[in-house]
Amino acid sequence: MRTALPRRLLVAALTVLLVVTATFVALHLVPGDPVRLFLGPGADPATVDATRHALGLDRPLPVQYLEWLTRFAGGRWGTSIAQQRPVSAVIGDAVGPTLLLVGASLLLTYVGGLLLGAWQAARRASRTDAAVTAATTLLYALPSYVVALGLVATFAYGTALWRWPAVLRFPAFGAAGLGADLLGPAARFTDRLRHLALPVATLAIVGVAGTARFVRGAVIDALRQPFVRAARAKGLRESRVLLRHALRNALGPVVTLFGLQLPALFSGVVFVESIFAWPGMGRVTVQAVLARDYPVVMASTAVFAVLVVAGNLLADALAALTDPRRRTAA
Amino acid sequence: MSARTGLLAGAWADPRARAGAALIAVFVVGAIAGPLLLDHPAGGFADIVARRFAGPLSRTPDGAWHALGTDRFGRDVLGRLLAGARISLAVGVLAALVSTAVGVGAGAVAGYAGGAVDRAIVAVTDAALAIPRVPFLLLLVALVEPGAVVTVLALGVTGWMTVARLVRSEVRSLDVREFVQAARALGAPPLRVLLAHVLPNALTPALVAAALGVGSAIMLEAGLSFLGLGVQPPMPSWGNMIASGRDALMIAPWVSLAPAVAVALVVLAFSWIADAMESVLAGERVP
Repeated sequence: MRTALPRRLLVAALTVLLVVTATFVALHLVPGDPVRLFLGPGADPATVDATRHALGLDRPLPVQYLEWLTRFAGGRWGTSIAQQRPVSAVIGDAVGPTLLLVGASLLLTYVGGLLLGAWQAARRASRTDAAVTAATTLLYALPSYVVALGLVATFAYGTALWRWPAVLRFPAFGAAGLGADLLGPAARFTDRLRHLALPVATLAIVGVAGTARFVRGAVIDALRQPFVRAARAKGLRESRVLLRHALRNALGPVVTLFGLQLPALFSGVVFVESIFAWPGMGRVTVQAVLARDYPVVMASTAVFAVLVVAGNLLADALAALTDPRRRTAA
Repeated sequence: MSARTGLLAGAWADPRARAGAALIAVFVVGAIAGPLLLDHPAGGFADIVARRFAGPLSRTPDGAWHALGTDRFGRDVLGRLLAGARISLAVGVLAALVSTAVGVGAGAVAGYAGGAVDRAIVAVTDAALAIPRVPFLLLLVALVEPGAVVTVLALGVTGWMTVARLVRSEVRSLDVREFVQAARALGAPPLRVLLAHVLPNALTPALVAAALGVGSAIMLEAGLSFLGLGVQPPMPSWGNMIASGRDALMIAPWVSLAPAVAVALVVLAFSWIADAMESVLAGERVP
């Protein structure tokens, strides 16, 4: 890790630079005039020119590009056209809720996925294993917005309609109830947890299904290795062989999978936040796109990439922790 | 028998691939024939209140029978589902073709050229893999008027990386094989060696990624349309149909459920086919 770290950081920085460049290129090379799109066809030429100037779109492209890079690096992302406040404030408010959502669902995804995958591997080729594999394949094929609507129908509307106990009735909108600020700390915490339940469940259901499929394969591969036979020959209990020997050796590929799954997770976040009105990055991006709020769209795309790159660095660090062989590998 | 026909024949022996192909065939036939066969009064808007939210397998007062019920405007859900299938399947397949073509091109050039070109393409591929696809798609559709063509191109340019990686590593491993060396020794120009000898043999693993690519493109197209940023109503697409039934989930769940099931089935069908091909490829490598 010590020797690999500078290289990793360089790759990460390069990735972010490429994304920031891509957002710039996309904005300038795509046919159509963003100013006209924003103002609508009926705008008078003076307003068009004024807006173009305000957005800095009337300067030469290389100047604009350098300016966009320095401004992005310095966190000066301009002013949101739709909200009339700094883009950094708009995005700053949204990063926290998104990280909470992503963190909670990642935790559930990996705890659930590892346990389910190992459990399946222990009884591989049995009828229960086949049934669970069929279920995870189906759930993994379901788009997150479909899972989300199913959960809303069941646990927000359905529980009220069918008069299930109130504990099973979960809020489907927002991150906090009305007047949550007036509650005591304990009640506010419960309120936040209840609002988190459905969005996190959506991401975790899809995540557990994908992870369990992968873990099952990795653990089955590990169970075929000679060291597992050696562990069994020593007379270790099967549960210990499974968890301490097979599952532990399957962790390497799983950590690699984590890095690969992160972009997909952040894609799912966009849909989940839109459906549950969760005040995070995804919702901010969708609303900015619908409002043609270009400064926000450009900055949020780049911030999404920064989050994924940071997650990948974390995955590399985790990989080095779980597998000593990777500590010096590039 | 070439590697590719071997792959397809091997996959065909797998019941998952056959089930997937059958499902896709049902949707394709339905998409082509459905809108021609289903004859529903076009003037359904005359009495929306009487016709709307009819349940599945029921008749509306004007005597029309609806296998999957009607939506809030009294439109036949099955008819719209099949009309939407045309768009969803076409967008999915075209987008996967675009991304596979870009991926094969990038992977072949990187693997065959080597050196600085290779390093540059690998760096761009790795960077592109780190970009979450949906936010970047949102950026692209924000810049132009949403529609089917834009969706195809946007999905195509954001989905090529897996194919590029697979093709690159395959090209690199083929480059040192005897038949390629032989072609070169016989004086074949580099481009001919690449196109005639290396590339045809490097496409096998890309087929698996392409099959998965169709499924994910259909899922993403539906997602964009669901958010209101893809195919625009009244043109039906599975995504905007799911969205249109959202606020009637409890009184008319079939409006959202039918297109949601359709998306899931098609994605499942393509992943079954990809799984079957993957098993064949894995089996080939095990001695």
